[in-house]
Amino acid sequence: MSLNLLRRPFFWIITLVIAVFAISPLIGNDVQLRESLALAAVYITLASNLNLMLGYAGYINFGSIVFFGLGGYICIWLVNAQGWPLGLSLLAAGVGVSTLALIFGLGILRLRGAFFALSTIGVVEAVQAFVQNFEPWGGSAGIYLSGQVFQPLGGPARALWVIYFMMVAVMGLSLYLSYAIKTSKFGLGLLAIGQNEDAAAILGVPTPRYKALVYSVSAFLPAIAGGLYFFKSAFIQPADAFDLSLSTEALVVAMLGGQGTVTGVALGAYLYEELRGYLLVSETFSHFQLVIAGVLLLVIVLFFPSGLMGFIYSRFPRLQKVLE
Amino acid sequence: MLGIFASIIDGVLVGLVYGLSAMGLTLIWGVMDVINLTHGTMIVAGMFALYFLVSALGLPPYFALPPVLIGGFLVGVLLYWIAVHRMVGRPALMSLLSTFAVNLVLIGVGTGVWGTALFNVAVSLPGVSIDRYTFPGAHILAAALAALIAAALYFFLHRTRLGKAVRAVADNREAAELVGIPTTRVLALSVGFGVALAGVSGMLIGTLFPFTVLSGDGYQLKGFVVTVLGGFGNPVGALMGGVALGLLEGAVTPFVPVSWTLVIEFVLFVLVLIAFPGGVFARRGVM
Repeated sequence: MSLNLLRRPFFWIITLVIAVFAISPLIGNDVQLRESLALAAVYITLASNLNLMLGYAGYINFGSIVFFGLGGYICIWLVNAQGWPLGLSLLAAGVGVSTLALIFGLGILRLRGAFFALSTIGVVEAVQAFVQNFEPWGGSAGIYLSGQVFQPLGGPARALWVIYFMMVAVMGLSLYLSYAIKTSKFGLGLLAIGQNEDAAAILGVPTPRYKALVYSVSAFLPAIAGGLYFFKSAFIQPADAFDLSLSTEALVVAMLGGQGTVTGVALGAYLYEELRGYLLVSETFSHFQLVIAGVLLLVIVLFFPSGLMGFIYSRFPRLQKVLE
Repeated sequence: MLGIFASIIDGVLVGLVYGLSAMGLTLIWGVMDVINLTHGTMIVAGMFALYFLVSALGLPPYFALPPVLIGGFLVGVLLYWIAVHRMVGRPALMSLLSTFAVNLVLIGVGTGVWGTALFNVAVSLPGVSIDRYTFPGAHILAAALAALIAAALYFFLHRTRLGKAVRAVADNREAAELVGIPTTRVLALSVGFGVALAGVSGMLIGTLFPFTVLSGDGYQLKGFVVTVLGGFGNPVGALMGGVALGLLEGAVTPFVPVSWTLVIEFVLFVLVLIAFPGGVFARRGVM
């Protein structure tokens, strides 16, 4: 399968995108561009992984931010209190959160459709209550990192570049993962669940196992992205880690680009990040970020449920064969 | 020992108000298979309506009930035309997203204007004392009003022509359409009633506890727990589910920190869904 992937043009398109992300801020040492692309990379990571649930299996996860926030907490705590190196902490965050998601997914795998979506809302509330009461993680005050932690990466200035490249790598992995799953038997099973879960089960798709598995897989890279994000700001607290707007924006981005497509979600993330950057500059809009996200989502859901890619596919049907 | 007993009775009083709120959620759910994710925010809207009617117009707290009921109904009808009408009959995923989007807009405006400051409406009513324990008058009156409104809704659904039309549409929309019921109008009315109930229960909760713009999330989650306890689309079950949840809260509160209550309720939500997919108090053909 892996050799097969190398022969497909879409694989190389993803690789090109990653290369552009990695190289363009290096030209002229453009820190401002780097910061904006870093945020776009986080959006793409969150939205692509959310899309595994939303676009493939047709399951809404309102709690995707939990993966990001918990990943951040585990990583920061390991670096700060246990003195682990960053790389190992990130890996532990990813594995830890995925495992939790798998256990939880197996617990609620009997819930279907809307009930599953409702229980993901509950997960956010429950995890937040846990973290706020968990003393080793600083309760509601959070954890601060000292400047020392950047020393192994060659000082704060260089560390920001290292973290940026790691974020781009996580974004790239998310895109490859989305693509690999879409072309696999597992992905086909998920798409079948998305279309008609009963029919899929009758045809032999192990639906509960697939759902729990995709829930767990979609937790891994966002947890690592969370670790990087909060390591970069050297500070984490519950209000930021489980920020409702980020989880919402991931949904908006996935719907904007076109749920179930790999390109659309990446495109949507990039466009949304640009739009957001543009709006945040204006004083009036910066307070009403959620309002804009809400209006955008409502318009997409009501009038353009297949998103940007739906529009592009209908205009240029032949692109459907190249752009997944 | 009497302490727990008092706590449980107080829990049941508050639980009746939760039940009323869940009736609004379950009504919309039962009639058109739409889960209203603005429910929590509509509860908060009821709280804020109470606050401004009391502080700006100087109304006595309970006089806010009729305007909140009417206002909630109108908001609900508007919500139907904006976010629900195009979603009826489409996968549940889409109506979840559309009501979620409206909720974001409301929360965004709310936090933009009022921030997350704590609001409080002072209600002074004489309480009822048993031995060393006093049950606050506001809790008793809120529970009584909730029971009264719930009874009125039951009467409406079972004894009036329009109420029967609502139940007919819930039962089978196409058949209802065939016998001449204007289903779209009934759907809009149902969302109106659902939101009005959310607003009124918010107003009643506002007389009991302080609140912020973001208080709705917790109450919405309670609404879901109550709804699954009572069986979907079953208003009577919802009231009983509310009482059951209040009972549980009352029994648990003396032993567990307040911030854990939501976690316990959420675990209950998942367990009930797995054990009783149809609801604990489900009865066939109630609605």
